[in-house]
Amino acid sequence: MKRILVGIKRVVDYNVRIRVKPDGSGVITDGVKMSINPFDEIALEEALRIKERGAADEVIVATVGPADTQQQLRSALAMGADRALHVQADGVIEPLVAARALLKLVEREQPMLVIVGKQAIDDDNGQTGQVLAALWNRPQATYASKLELSEGKARVTREVDAGLETLEVDLPAVITTDLRLNEPRYVKLPDIMKAKKKPLETLTLAALAVEARQQLKLVRFEPPPQRQKGIRVKDAAELVEALKKKGLL
Amino acid sequence: MSAKILIVAEHDGAKLNPSTAKCVTCARALTGAEITLVVCAADSAAVAAQAAQLAGVARVLTVDNPANLHPLAAVLAPQIVALAAPYTHLLGPSTTFGKDLMARIAGLIDAPQVSDIMAIESETRFRRPIYAGNAILTVERTGAGKTVGTVRTASFEAAAGGGSAVIEKAVVDVPLPTHTRFVSVSAAKSDRPDLQTATRVISGGRALGSADGFKILYSLADKIGAAVGASRAAVDAGYAPNEMQVGQTGKIIAPELYMAVGISGAIQHLTGIKDARTIVAINKDGEAPIFEVADIGLVGDLFQIIPEIERLV
Repeated sequence: MKRILVGIKRVVDYNVRIRVKPDGSGVITDGVKMSINPFDEIALEEALRIKERGAADEVIVATVGPADTQQQLRSALAMGADRALHVQADGVIEPLVAARALLKLVEREQPMLVIVGKQAIDDDNGQTGQVLAALWNRPQATYASKLELSEGKARVTREVDAGLETLEVDLPAVITTDLRLNEPRYVKLPDIMKAKKKPLETLTLAALAVEARQQLKLVRFEPPPQRQKGIRVKDAAELVEALKKKGLL
Repeated sequence: MSAKILIVAEHDGAKLNPSTAKCVTCARALTGAEITLVVCAADSAAVAAQAAQLAGVARVLTVDNPANLHPLAAVLAPQIVALAAPYTHLLGPSTTFGKDLMARIAGLIDAPQVSDIMAIESETRFRRPIYAGNAILTVERTGAGKTVGTVRTASFEAAAGGGSAVIEKAVVDVPLPTHTRFVSVSAAKSDRPDLQTATRVISGGRALGSADGFKILYSLADKIGAAVGASRAAVDAGYAPNEMQVGQTGKIIAPELYMAVGISGAIQHLTGIKDARTIVAINKDGEAPIFEVADIGLVGDLFQIIPEIERLV
């Protein structure tokens, strides 16, 4: 059975305006809309398209997170994933812990491909895919904007600072997604109903023998410094004059 | 005990990338830190000579191997790990090169990584942006062992030259994987300054209307020696190639002058320009969010304003 494992994370929805708590202990998440990390949604979409082309048989979606993350797993099932694995864990999940948990699932499910977002839009760590590939001792192709599969191999176009880089990797491999890989589908109502019947298995870090280590203590959250309010000029001439005065032209 | 820092140099085989000099500045914030650079290349001589000139660098290690012709994280990581034993910190730039590589290293040595370091406050305490720069987080490395980090290059000036570090050939005898192979890289050749290091940047948004529309920006940029960037919307629409994208998922830059032309100013774009010294916004919509961060705003038709600026400078 050719399987694809997709890792997703529950994050504050990207449309929410982030506010730091006055006591600096975190950002406000009470009553805030939560969603699948957008890059992970792209990862799932890619996996579904591969399955729809007939190049994979099953798409498994997995997450490490609190009980509420089931909502995002159900959304992923509604998008089209076949089944879900929920490693329940509370508190801060560092990339090393998430990757170790995913590795246990990889060992169990033996996927030909693991696809995850290049970063989560909450902590912006951008590590889990690479750490998993390292622990698994398999190839990684990060920041993918195009993915083509052939017998036992993947050809991946990556968005790198220099432009577009193409790599060939042997499977199994870990792919991390960039924005232009695809546009995720919208979920239809009947699919939401169907998703309720799809299998969702709950596990724990302890059951997977993964230690919930936290090696980076979150000391303090602060709002970013605000820029001073600027001035308005009325035309190009005034703009050029202002820039010259500042020594910028 | 003072810090011993190993910085992984980024380069293209001939030239050291300026991101490396910024990592050095970041590392030098730790008083008394001993800084070593490692250059992995097919032929490291030219890059190592440049690295040795960076002020504050004590030593440059070179690892020459034909497998290092193209920077593949899966190939480089085990070589860096083989050299890592004496060091307390392993740093690389928060560029696509460094982000791809350092996290793989972190996985191999089972060490936590601090991504996008914007300040080092002590050997264990770091500041970094999260939520696309909408919050700044201070983290404390607890427990024993190495710390891996990527350095947010927009937060640091490049280290000066004038140094004279010792260059040493390192012997690395580890098996390298062949499961990952370089095929090609495509990048538009440009005579304009590099977007990530340019002192002046002009960026265009969707309002430019087409790839053709961008020509007025290129023309002005060439006259004032600026690099040209683009918003995600403009890249998605095919007006500009992906390597020109500025923002959370593109390049994060800190020029002296940033001109946002026809860019509304989505939060993801603003993340990429927060450290620009002066931001100029030109947009026909006076309510566009870009004006909230702009030092100088001009409301009007960019197709008239840009050529006029070009005439005036």
